[in-house]
Amino acid sequence: MPSIPMSTEPQICARDMSRTFQKRKKKLGPLRRRYQEVRAVSEVSFEIARGEMVGYLGPNGAGKSTTIKMMTGILVPTSGSISVAGLDPSRSRTTLARKLGVVFGQRTSLWWDLPLADSFSLLQRIYRVEPARHRANLAEFVELLDLGDLLNVPVRQLSLGQRMRGDIVAALLHDPEILFLDEPTIGLDIVSKSALRDFLRRLNAERSTTLVLTTHDLGDVEALCERVMVIDRGGLVFDGSVADLHARGGGERVIVVDLVAAQAPLEFPGARVVRVEGHRQWLAIDSNESTAPVISALVSKAQIADLKVQEPDIEDVIRALYAATER
Amino acid sequence: MAELEVVEPTSVAYRWYWTLPDYARIARMWVRASMAHPLSFAILTLSSLLMTGLDFVGIWLIFHSVDSLGGFRLREIALLYAASGIGLGVADLLIGSVEMLGQHIRAGTLDVMLLRPMPLLTQVCADRFAPRRIGRITQAVAVFGWGAWGVAWTPGKVLLAAGMLVGSAVLFFALFVGFSCIQFWTQDGAEFANAFTYGGNTVTQFPLSIYPRELVRSLTFALPIAFVSWYPGLVLLDRTDPFGMPEWFGWLTLPVGICCLFVALGLWRLGVRRYTSTGS
Repeated sequence: MPSIPMSTEPQICARDMSRTFQKRKKKLGPLRRRYQEVRAVSEVSFEIARGEMVGYLGPNGAGKSTTIKMMTGILVPTSGSISVAGLDPSRSRTTLARKLGVVFGQRTSLWWDLPLADSFSLLQRIYRVEPARHRANLAEFVELLDLGDLLNVPVRQLSLGQRMRGDIVAALLHDPEILFLDEPTIGLDIVSKSALRDFLRRLNAERSTTLVLTTHDLGDVEALCERVMVIDRGGLVFDGSVADLHARGGGERVIVVDLVAAQAPLEFPGARVVRVEGHRQWLAIDSNESTAPVISALVSKAQIADLKVQEPDIEDVIRALYAATER
Repeated sequence: MAELEVVEPTSVAYRWYWTLPDYARIARMWVRASMAHPLSFAILTLSSLLMTGLDFVGIWLIFHSVDSLGGFRLREIALLYAASGIGLGVADLLIGSVEMLGQHIRAGTLDVMLLRPMPLLTQVCADRFAPRRIGRITQAVAVFGWGAWGVAWTPGKVLLAAGMLVGSAVLFFALFVGFSCIQFWTQDGAEFANAFTYGGNTVTQFPLSIYPRELVRSLTFALPIAFVSWYPGLVLLDRTDPFGMPEWFGWLTLPVGICCLFVALGLWRLGVRRYTSTGS
């Protein structure tokens, strides 16, 4: 029996994938213009296995969307190659479309003037989902994302969070193998964010849907992904676990303490005071260290009114990552 | 167990065959959406009818000062006018939304459409399907009926008229799609495209005998809208072409339309390829 390569082959495989854009720079005359080549993505290589949840991080303009566009077939790479679910995305765009779900945080794939329910039934036809399968999926997703009361509301009347949930259902009705989420939690409040994260975790566990999400919210990544890829200025600067990212990036967590009375800077092993402002002190902790011992030491040494832990900002982590690689 | 992959035939013919029901579904939903506000729908349709109606009144007024225009009487002109109007109206109703291509590119909705398992053109054309555009067709059909009263009908002429109406719709289809493709290159191309679609309609509403020979030649061989109503109209009205073109040109509306459609679809493919290879 020949071996079946399907399970071992990576589901997404990028090899030296690059993308340059021609940017208009200067007019030299009525027809002649000088163009400047801008590298949006530069020789990026990675593999993603089926069922992985990968966070794709980077500051604005780093090349995140361009990479997603190349993985979904909207954009052809300038050089290098990309294969998704065994297909060349730009060549087999419509075939691949049935295997992908894509959610853009900033734009909707629903029909603006139509009720949610109409959009969903139209998508069933477009993707040719079996009616029974469609009903089951719809019932499950609507229940989990709490959309029952909103099915007859036109999309334009939905709030951002409601619309996002609608978009996610729309992207999942055809049982995609891979779900791309572009900034899914942008502009959402904490409750909707955590509900959405729970839902995505469950989706991945139950259906082993591969999840690729771009974000600049490190919270999304820490809640969902075992693996992070960081892109900056078009290049992949990190590919590993979230813990490794902190270790490599050397980002610091900061404990903000409100003391009952103003006090001299607190001294602990493993923490250092970076700022004092009246009753409030900022203690930096190396991000691979646990905060628990510091907090218990704090409680035993000082009278605390309030306390909160700030995670390192993705921008800081990336900046630190850069400083580390340049050193 | 290896998973059995369902391989879908992806031939062009297959995709276009399946795309029509998809088109119909999307269009039907837009019809339902516009019927949700029946009064506004009625007003829009009526105003479209009146606007295009006034259009013909304009020609009628010209005949108050002259007896004939380019050697044609009002009833004869009505036939030419309406054949072109029906073609444009049908094309506008079915695929007029293709003009919004530039907006889709700017708003990013084109990316969303590219991610659906359905031809892009079908989606762009069916988007915002507006049944109020029937107003224009209604007016054109009424004028055609009046104009047809003066024709000495024979079976051959009925066949020719059918070919003319279908062919002119196909030709305007092609013009709409072809010129909208400009928006893949420059997103402000919509106005430019209008000059050829609606502008083309305005030109062919009159007997082409009022125009200079060079213009009529280019409307025959370069941008062949002379086939919309002029050449078949001459046959229906038992006239010979003042510019000396043979009578059988009247039968070419549909073939010319289909040729133009292929050119337009080719341009569309080129445009999509340009879009996916340059980014928006």
